[in-house]
Amino acid sequence: MSIDMNQFLQTFFEESFEGLDDMENGLLNMTAGEPDVEQLNDIFRAAHSIKGGAGTFGLNSVTDLTHKLETLLDRLREGESEVTTDGINLLLASVDCLRSLLQAERDGTEADPQQAADITTRLAAMVDADDDDGSSDGNAGDDAGSSATADDGSGPGGGWRIGFTPEPHLFMTGNDPLRLLEELSELGEIQVSCDSSSLPALPDLDPEECVLSWTIDLYGDVERQAIEEVFEWVEDDCSLTIEPLEPAGGDTTTAAPETAPEPEAASAGEPAGDDAHQKPAQQSSGGNASTSSSIRVDTGKIDNLIDMVGELVITQSMLNELGENFTMDKLEKLQDGLAQLERNTRELQENVMRIRMVPISFAYSRLPRMVHDLMRQLGKKVDLQLNGEETELDKTVMEKIIDPLVHLVRNAMDHGIEPPEKRAELGKPETGTLEMNAYHKGGYIVIEINDDGGGISRDRLLNKAREAGLMENGSELSDEQVFDFIFHPGLSTHDEATDVSGRGVGMDVVKRNIKALGGNITVNSTPGKGTRFAIHLPLTLSILDGQLFRVGDQVYVVPLISIMESLQMQGGKIKRMAGTSELYEWRDDYIPIIRLRELFNEAGGGDLENELMVVVEEDDRYVGLHVDELLGQQQVVIKSLKSNYRPVTGFAGATILGNGTVALILDIAGLLELAQARDEVLTKGANN
Amino acid sequence: MANILAVDDSASMRQMVSHTLKQNGHSVVDAPDGKAALDKAKQQKFDAVITDVNMPNMDGITLIKELRKLPNYRFTPLLLLTTESAPEKKQEGKAAGATGWLVKPFDPEKLMGAVRKVVR
Repeated sequence: MSIDMNQFLQTFFEESFEGLDDMENGLLNMTAGEPDVEQLNDIFRAAHSIKGGAGTFGLNSVTDLTHKLETLLDRLREGESEVTTDGINLLLASVDCLRSLLQAERDGTEADPQQAADITTRLAAMVDADDDDGSSDGNAGDDAGSSATADDGSGPGGGWRIGFTPEPHLFMTGNDPLRLLEELSELGEIQVSCDSSSLPALPDLDPEECVLSWTIDLYGDVERQAIEEVFEWVEDDCSLTIEPLEPAGGDTTTAAPETAPEPEAASAGEPAGDDAHQKPAQQSSGGNASTSSSIRVDTGKIDNLIDMVGELVITQSMLNELGENFTMDKLEKLQDGLAQLERNTRELQENVMRIRMVPISFAYSRLPRMVHDLMRQLGKKVDLQLNGEETELDKTVMEKIIDPLVHLVRNAMDHGIEPPEKRAELGKPETGTLEMNAYHKGGYIVIEINDDGGGISRDRLLNKAREAGLMENGSELSDEQVFDFIFHPGLSTHDEATDVSGRGVGMDVVKRNIKALGGNITVNSTPGKGTRFAIHLPLTLSILDGQLFRVGDQVYVVPLISIMESLQMQGGKIKRMAGTSELYEWRDDYIPIIRLRELFNEAGGGDLENELMVVVEEDDRYVGLHVDELLGQQQVVIKSLKSNYRPVTGFAGATILGNGTVALILDIAGLLELAQARDEVLTKGANN
Repeated sequence: MANILAVDDSASMRQMVSHTLKQNGHSVVDAPDGKAALDKAKQQKFDAVITDVNMPNMDGITLIKELRKLPNYRFTPLLLLTTESAPEKKQEGKAAGATGWLVKPFDPEKLMGAVRKVVR
């Protein structure tokens, strides 16, 4: 029976990535010249586990690299090699390399073989530099060493006579002679004689001691090594002799092949040989890990859920009882019960949502390493402070926020914080501070990135914006509006964007990514003092605050966060452009109007005057949605159209309302696309 | 069929060992480190213990030493599952009281071969 080990590959990848993170953290906390044995042990153990698993799954490149890594780590923790800055950096590079190798294996892509080869060579060089006696090859040479003794015994074909005299303490090792004899019998036919001459009289017998010895004749073409392997665990607990069976008479040679057919003997010896190493490699070489994602949940959260379900059951049985013999005088009791049910349900809902939440330390974890590398690269000194590590965030949001965070930190390091000399000149401490905060505020998570660097020059940013034609000359803008320009694609793609205090490269992408998560990013800066970015993110992606409205006889939902204003249209402000497009004068600007009735193929066009319009914003584009009636605001649970039906442009999903009907949730970006397809001039720039 | 305690700090390794043993009809309890294993071994008697060497809290060698001190485990097969094939490590294990050892990479057939050596 063969067992498919690939089902455990996913677990292996997860624990390996965790192990790599631990290694990285440990390495970052290490100081050259001050080896911390505890820490080195932890790092070693992580590498060791990865190596063990990689071997099983046949990930040879990972095995090779971890093997070298282990050798170096072992020497470091034994104090045979010194912990140097170069050493730490090489170890960190190895961690990176392992990570990409494992990622490639997981995703079924090709890793860069050159990188792994490079690192392996450098690791070997570092080990060799410290030591020329070649002891690092100890492990590799071991297998060969043990088989060397077997070279003389490829089996004479006639079998072996084995003398096995265990020491009295054999049982205490957990070994049992009977099992050993059984194993021998798997190699070929055996004939066993037991020597019980040392058996004392019953009263003197100590049942815990082994006082018997055996002589075993094993027939067949068995390799000596196979026999030695049977006794491998007890070779120090017994005296063992293995001699070729002497032919008893003139021509007994014919007896041997008869008693032990060759194929059997051969197959019995095989699994113990080197072939065993090859098998797992073949098993998993073609198999990719399934990409199903999993989440680690604190058991406390699950216990909470169980408690709550318990309460729910109690409430339910209470209501049941009440319902069975209900009279009007119990109405108050019923209302209490229903209120309790509502409380239970809400708590349960909140706690179920919490299962998807992971602490932000998950996103933080890669920052120390990055800051460490950038410090070296840029020649700057930065103290990274991570606060609010326990703050929890939806797992999906977390995964998507990492890239923007990395970008912002990189920017702050690169362009915000000044080089040490300049800081000294300015009377600032040489070491800059980069502070990250994460906390809950309302229904949002706030992540702040503060640096005490040079800040953004408002005037230069303003000039840039003017040059790029983003604003009229002479118009007055608030600080907030000015700083918001750094997220403008027009500025960020500009060649000299780095002149704007360096910020701007790809900032539009950062903002877009955060917007896509239903969040927002703002920036504030004081020249000479530093810059603060604040990211607001919704607690979860699966629930949103929505505004309900009616078009025709259907109810729709629009995310509250995208709504700028709801208003009753004034006739004088509606402008008709060439073709069918209509614009509305709104806040000194003209915005396109989308008649949802038309878009959704509902009957009735008519005059827009006095009709309702919801102004929504997406990516700095504004559009007015003409709706029939505004209904209430409420939290809605988003159900994906894509996974339940198919993706539909203009809709972000659907939800089920309190009365059981389904309402579609609008996707503003998609709506803009739809409207544009219908009428190509419906853009903000149409009025120019 | 035997009741076996499998100890490893790596979840995937635990899963693989447990799965293989169960497939072969044994019942398995697992533990993530030596300390947890020792607690479990005190609560119930296992017919055999298979343990990793390198683990946090308590390593496999110490676990074996501690188990051998318990009256219930004086003769119990205790196997080391190790990546180190170096003879010194094996000797260290034997000196601590290990019955035998198995060298990683983990291979179900090798595991069962080793288990067959010590339990039915």
